[in-house]
Amino acid sequence: MNTRVVTAVMLSSALALGACAKKAPEELPPPPEETVTAPTPTPTGPAVGSMEHFLAAVGQANTVVYFDTDRYNIDAEDSAKLQTQAQYFSQYSNVNFTIEGHADERGTREYNLALGERRANAAKNYLVSLGIPASRIRTVSYGKERPVALGSNEAAWAQNRRAATVTIN
Amino acid sequence: MKKLIYATLAIVAAPLAAQNQDLGEPVAEGQDVETIEEDEGLSGSVSFEGNLDDLGIAIPAFATDRNVSTPANASGTEALGVELARVITSDLRNNGLFKPTGPDSLPRPSFDNIQSPVWSTWGVRGAEMLVHGYVRARSDNRLTVGCYLYDMQLQSRLVAEGWVVSPADWRRAAHKCADLIYSRLTGESPFFDSRIAYIAETGPKDNRTKRLAIMDSDGANHRFITTGRSTALTPRYSPDYKKLVYLSYIDGNPRIYVYDIGTGKQTLITQSENPTFAPRWSPDGRWILYSMAVGGNTDIYRVSSSGGRSERLTDTPGIDIGGSFSPDGSRIVFESDRSGAQQCYVMDADGSNQRRISFGGSRCATPEWSPRGDQIAFTNASSFNIAVMTPSGGNVRTLTRGWQDEAPTWAPNGRIIQFFRTARNSGATSLWQVDLTGENERRLPTPVDASDPSWGPILP
Repeated sequence: MNTRVVTAVMLSSALALGACAKKAPEELPPPPEETVTAPTPTPTGPAVGSMEHFLAAVGQANTVVYFDTDRYNIDAEDSAKLQTQAQYFSQYSNVNFTIEGHADERGTREYNLALGERRANAAKNYLVSLGIPASRIRTVSYGKERPVALGSNEAAWAQNRRAATVTIN
Repeated sequence: MKKLIYATLAIVAAPLAAQNQDLGEPVAEGQDVETIEEDEGLSGSVSFEGNLDDLGIAIPAFATDRNVSTPANASGTEALGVELARVITSDLRNNGLFKPTGPDSLPRPSFDNIQSPVWSTWGVRGAEMLVHGYVRARSDNRLTVGCYLYDMQLQSRLVAEGWVVSPADWRRAAHKCADLIYSRLTGESPFFDSRIAYIAETGPKDNRTKRLAIMDSDGANHRFITTGRSTALTPRYSPDYKKLVYLSYIDGNPRIYVYDIGTGKQTLITQSENPTFAPRWSPDGRWILYSMAVGGNTDIYRVSSSGGRSERLTDTPGIDIGGSFSPDGSRIVFESDRSGAQQCYVMDADGSNQRRISFGGSRCATPEWSPRGDQIAFTNASSFNIAVMTPSGGNVRTLTRGWQDEAPTWAPNGRIIQFFRTARNSGATSLWQVDLTGENERRLPTPVDASDPSWGPILP
């Protein structure tokens, strides 16, 4: 039983290393003894760069910024959230991430795709201005295709006009 | 009989390319259809002078010279003759055209009477017009379908035509007959013998599966093109029906692909890392418009449909997106929020002379130029209704009243507009159509929820 868990931890570490090496080949992989020679399989919390780790570090609320109807400007609340994100990505400089841009359902489909792209890029540009390299940030727009709030009312729409940061690991 | 042969492409199915992981089996279609002039020197005038909505048309079963088995109908050509008349009746009735009476409540004429109706049989039924037709199995397994329209009062033939179709295309013969009747009686161009590409939707609102699908104009011959593994959006048929352009997230990003219906293979519209949206064909099929976001800013580009370098047509800091060519290909109507909100603009096909045409106070989105050239349909993106206006932006008329209606597409003759309607809260989507008077609104039958309709031209 214990042996199996150790194997699983080693495997996932190896996968994580592989992924890091792929995304940022200029980074030296961490010394292998860090994970491979772990004496006991005691849980050490989520792996650096995993979404779980990111959420635990910055807080769920700071991973998503919200926009007014048809707008894409970064307001004071958004910039505070993005600064928190920037601290994380500065500390873990081999973590790459995606910013997903979204729109509410009260817009035409194609315009919303362009609007989501615009929102994702607004968040990206702000993070770049805080010193995060643009090469680490991928953007993707889902337009109105992936709502998180399902009602057809202003409260739901406000939840859906968003740019959500998701780590790549 | 004089035979006019309209050669269309016989498209051969080819194996799937390994990288097209969201694609189903290729759809085999595109058999030849021969048109036959049934006779010449037909009488000119129609006796009926009232409202065409009140025009009674009797459409009895099509006759056959000899009941033989056909791949088009297991019960033989006699049963197929009934089906042909039913399809024609449905075409007319579902579009609010005339007052058709179908084969299920009418006697069946004999094969010999198709060219010389027994007037006494039909005179008592109160219909002003009479349709007769026949279906005959040929020795090469194809079918000959003849279609005749008679004026009951004049007791004369108004028009007649025939077609040779493969058994798989038997419904096309019925649509061509409906088109012949419609065109002869209204003076309008035909529209029934055409197809629609759209997006089939299933699943909950926060996890919708969206598949590219195609069907005939009446909803028959429905096929899924993609498997639903990744989201597909906004398809458009090429004018020759050989290709579809559409948006797919197959590689994780929204990108436009050109899908070849015959081979089942697809290619990216441009080799760029940037997301691409909103593909459109030029009426002659030589150009494809698409929109591309670079650094968050979306502009409209055009590229030859045979490939090559893309040319950027807009360069404002706003979102410029979509586009629809005028029928002569010289101008493009498109959408831009350069003024601060979505509005409609017209430019020359090379991107010059951009000027705003919508000033009604509402947002103007997804403009589509009518195939007749006289109207532009658009989504009022403030009230979410479908509206039309002249190409200079005048005479705006709202045609629909759904909670959220968007994405108009024109019938091949420019008399009917299809669009999709989203239900409040549930997010359920459905295809609808409405005529230019704002009347005869109806829902189109689809197997599952449906959005992004795109009505192709008359089939070649």
